Amino acid sequence: MPYPQELKDYIKQVESTRPERVERKRRGEEFASLSLDGREERLKSYHPDYKDDALRDIRVGVSKGYGISPEIVDTLEARSRIDPDRIEFDEVDHEADVLVIGGGGAGGAAALMAAKQGAKVIIATKLRLGDANTMMAEGGIQAASKIHSDSPYWHYLDVMGGGHFTNDPDLVKTLVSQAPKVMSWLEGLGAMFSKDPDGSLRTMHGGGTSRKRMHYAGDITGAEIMRTIRDEIRNHPERIEILEFSPAVELILDENGVASGAVLYNLDTREYVIVRAKAVVMATGGSGRLHMRGFMTTNHYGATGDGLVMAYHAGVPLVFLHSVQYHPTGIVFPEQAEGLLITEKFRGAGANVVNVDGEQFVYEREPRDVEAASIIRECSDDMHKGVPTPTGKVGVWLDSPMLEMLHGPGYVRKEFPGKYILFRRYNIDVAKEPMLIYPTLHYQNGGVEFKPDGATVLDGMYAAGEVSGGVHGENRLMGNSLLDVTVFGRLAGESAAEYASKRDLPSGMNLDHLRKYHEELDKTGIETERVAPVILPDYTNPDVKERQVVIAP
Amino acid sequence: MVSQTIPVEVISEKSGGSAEVTLVPIHVMGRRYMVPSDLTIMKAMEYAGYQFTRGCGCRGGICGACGTVYRLPDSHRVEVALACQEIVKPDMFLSQLPFFPQNKAVYCIEELDVDEGTLAALYPEIFKCIGCGTCTRSCPQDIEVMDYMAAAIRGDIARVAELSFDCVMCGLCIARCPAEEAQPLVAILARRIYGSHIAPRAQHLQERVQQIDDGRFEDDLNELMKKDLVELKELYVGREKEPDMPDPNWRPTDSSYL
Ligand SMILES: Cc1cc2nc3c(=O)[nH]c(=O)nc-3n(C[C@H](O)[C@H](O)[C@H](O)COP(=O)(O)OP(=O)(O)OC[C@H]3O[C@@H](n4cnc5c(N)ncnc54)[C@H](O)[C@@H]3O)c2cc1C
Ligand code: SF4
Ligand code: SF4
Ligand code: FES
Repeated sequence: MPYPQELKDYIKQVESTRPERVERKRRGEEFASLSLDGREERLKSYHPDYKDDALRDIRVGVSKGYGISPEIVDTLEARSRIDPDRIEFDEVDHEADVLVIGGGGAGGAAALMAAKQGAKVIIATKLRLGDANTMMAEGGIQAASKIHSDSPYWHYLDVMGGGHFTNDPDLVKTLVSQAPKVMSWLEGLGAMFSKDPDGSLRTMHGGGTSRKRMHYAGDITGAEIMRTIRDEIRNHPERIEILEFSPAVELILDENGVASGAVLYNLDTREYVIVRAKAVVMATGGSGRLHMRGFMTTNHYGATGDGLVMAYHAGVPLVFLHSVQYHPTGIVFPEQAEGLLITEKFRGAGANVVNVDGEQFVYEREPRDVEAASIIRECSDDMHKGVPTPTGKVGVWLDSPMLEMLHGPGYVRKEFPGKYILFRRYNIDVAKEPMLIYPTLHYQNGGVEFKPDGATVLDGMYAAGEVSGGVHGENRLMGNSLLDVTVFGRLAGESAAEYASKRDLPSGMNLDHLRKYHEELDKTGIETERVAPVILPDYTNPDVKERQVVIAP
Repeated sequence: MVSQTIPVEVISEKSGGSAEVTLVPIHVMGRRYMVPSDLTIMKAMEYAGYQFTRGCGCRGGICGACGTVYRLPDSHRVEVALACQEIVKPDMFLSQLPFFPQNKAVYCIEELDVDEGTLAALYPEIFKCIGCGTCTRSCPQDIEVMDYMAAAIRGDIARVAELSFDCVMCGLCIARCPAEEAQPLVAILARRIYGSHIAPRAQHLQERVQQIDDGRFEDDLNELMKKDLVELKELYVGREKEPDMPDPNWRPTDSSYL
C-alpha cells in the first residue's frame, strides 16, 4: 500500500517546511522543550492514564485499594486458571535448584548467572525461548560508557527525571552502576554492538537523555542481545534445561509458605506439569496484549501479564502499575503494520515530529509520556492538526527524510534497515517519504515490588524485568529497559542460586494460597467466570468461535 | 480517540477499512478459507478461526517463529514468507513450518581458538554445501545465505557475521537445503565470534567498569540519593545537554561528576 494521493498531498506540506527545519537543527536550534510544569499539564490533559476512568481499585489481595488499569484488575479479580483440588503433587515432573519463569532477556540473564553459580536451572517459557519483548527491542540499551562526557551520575538524573522522580532510588543506583558491566558482559558474549573501527561503542541520544549513551546493534538491538543470550543458554545443556511451550500457571509454595516451584501447562498436550525448585525467578515480562484502553500494542504475542497474577496470588504487592507506557510512535499507516513500533532512534537522530501543516508542535525528544500526550493532543478535536488516513484514523508525521539531509544520503537505509525493509514491502521509501505515526501501547512501567537483588516479600521468589516495578517510576526512558532486564536478571539469577544453595528440597508443596485467594474473592462478592493468568490473547474470529463445539472423545 | 482499536485484531482490520471487505480464498494446509484480501497470513489464519500456540511469536517480523511456505497455482515455485509480515495472495496454498530440527554445536565462546577453521571445526558439514542457492531463495529476510555459507567455508568469519546480521533464525533455509546444513547456527556462531574475538573491544568501556569497581561514583550517587525533590528537580533541569549533531570530541563544561 504506497501512500495514496491524498496522503501524498499532505506530504508536500512536510516537504515545504523541511529545509528550514534542517537548517535550524544544523544551527543547534531546537523546538523548545516543555517545562516540568508544562509537562505535567500536558499529561493531565491528554495522557490516557489521566482520563477519569483510567484506573480502577483492586478489591482483593495485598494491594487492595490500589487503582490500576481496569484490564489488569480484571485479571486479578478472576479465579485461578487451575482448581487447586485437582492438582497432585505425588509425582514431580521436573526438579531444579532454580526455576526461571519466562524466556526473555531477564529470564535468560537470570538462568545464565544462576547456572554460573553452579545451580541446576530450568527455564520454563510460554512460547519458544526468546519469543519475547526483548527480541523486539530495536532502539538500544543505555549505559554511561563514555568516560569523558558521561557517568552513572548523569544517567541517574536522567532516569529519575524521566520517571517524574517517583523511581526507587536504590533500584536506580543499581541500574546505572551496573550498566557498563552489563555492556561488557554482553560484548564478551559476542553481541555485535555498532562500533567505530577502534572498537569504541557508537552511542546516540534517546528521549530524555542528557548525554549520548544509547548503544545499539543496527536497529535490532534487542534481537541481537536475545539471540546471543539464547545461544549461550544452549551452550549449557548440562546445567540449564529449557521447557518451551510450557507457561507457568501458578506458583507452588511449601509448608512454610516459601516459593517452591510452579505448575506449568503443556500447550501441546494440555496437561499440567509440576516443577519443584528451591528458588523461583519470575521474569514473565509485560502485558501489552491485554490491550489497555483498547489501544493497539507493540508487544509480542505472549505479553499477557501472567507473572503479575501468579505473584499476586502468592501475596506479592504490585507497584507503579497505575501508569502504562504508550510509545509515541506506532505505525498507523499502512494498516497491516498497525501498532508496530517505529524506534525512538529516529527522533534520537534528529527526526522532527510534525503535524498536518508540516509544523513542529513538540520537541522530538520529550520523555515518552509527554511526547505521546502531545501527539494525542495534536490529533484531538482541540487542535485538529492530525493527518487523516484513508482508513479513518489520524496520525502525525515522523520526518525521516530529513535525516538524509542531516547525516547524508543513504543514512536511513543504513541505520534503520529493519524499518526500511518493512515499509519497502508496502512500496513506501522512508528515506524519501515521512512515516505516519500515533501512540501505541508499549510498556508496563510497574509490576511486582522487588529489591535490587531481586528479592520480593515472598521468600524464595525473585523478580526481574518488565514484570517488576520501581526501576522506572512512572515512566521508563528508552534504552533503560533492555538495561533493566539484563542488570536485574543477572542479579536475580545470582540471588536465587545463592538462596537455593542454602535450602533443602522443599516439602509439603501446596496451593493453599489459591484456596485463600478464592475465598477472598467469594467474601468480597466478586462473582466471575473469568480465569487468570491469561496465557494467550484470543484473536480468533468471533463468528467462528460462536460455532466452535467440543466433540467428545 | 481515533487510533484506538478494539482488542480483537482481526476485527480492527475488518472495521478499519471501508465497509466493503473483499474476501479471497486461501488454502491452509489444503483447506480452503475465504479471508479479507488485505490481511497478513497470520491475521488471515486467525480470521479463519485458528488460535496460534505455535508459529506465532513477536508478530513483528523479528522472532522467526512464523516461517511459512506456499505455492501459487500458476507457478511451480515454492515461495516463503513470515506469516506476520506477508499479505495473503488469492489461491495461495500454504503451510507454516514453525519448527525444524537442528543440532546446535556446544562451545565456550571465550575459549574458542579463532582462525579460518573454527566454524568448520564445529560445523564440519559446511563443506557439503553444493552452492545450489536454494537457501538464498528461501530466505524471507532476503539474506544472501549461500554467500555467507561460502564465506563460512572460506573461514571469513567477519563476512558471515556481516551478511547474516538480519537473520531471524526462522529455519526455512535449513528446511530446504539439499546438503542438510544448519545455516543460521553457523551464522550466529560467526556473529558471536566476530563480536567477542574479532571486533576490537571497547577500551572506554573497560576503563569505565574499572572506575565503577574502584567505587569512583559511589559518593556522587549516594549524594544524589539523599537529595530532596526540589534539589533533584533543580539538578535535573540544569543538566547540560550533549548536542544532537555528532561530535566525538564534545566535552561538558562541568566535568565534576565524570
Ligand atoms: C517493540 C518493542 C521495542 C522495544 N524497544 C526497546 C528499546 O529500544 N530499548 C529498551 O531498553 N527497551 C525496549 N523495549 C522494552 C524491552 O524490550 C522490554 O521491556 C524488555 O525486553 C522486557 O524483558 P523481559 O525479559 O522482562 O520480558 P520479555 O522479554 O517479554 O520476556 C518474557 C518472557 O516470559 C514469557 N512468559 C510470559 N508469561 C509466561 C508464563 N506464564 N510462563 C512462562 N513464561 C511466560 C514470555 O513468553 C517471554 O518469553 C521494547 C519493547 C518492545 C515491545
Ligand atoms: S541450500 Fe544448502 S547446499 Fe544449497 S547453497 Fe544453501 S547451504 Fe549450500
Ligand atoms: S538465513 Fe535462514 S534462518 Fe536466517 S532468516 Fe534467512 S531463511 Fe531464516
Ligand atoms: S511472529 Fe515473529 S517473525 Fe512473525
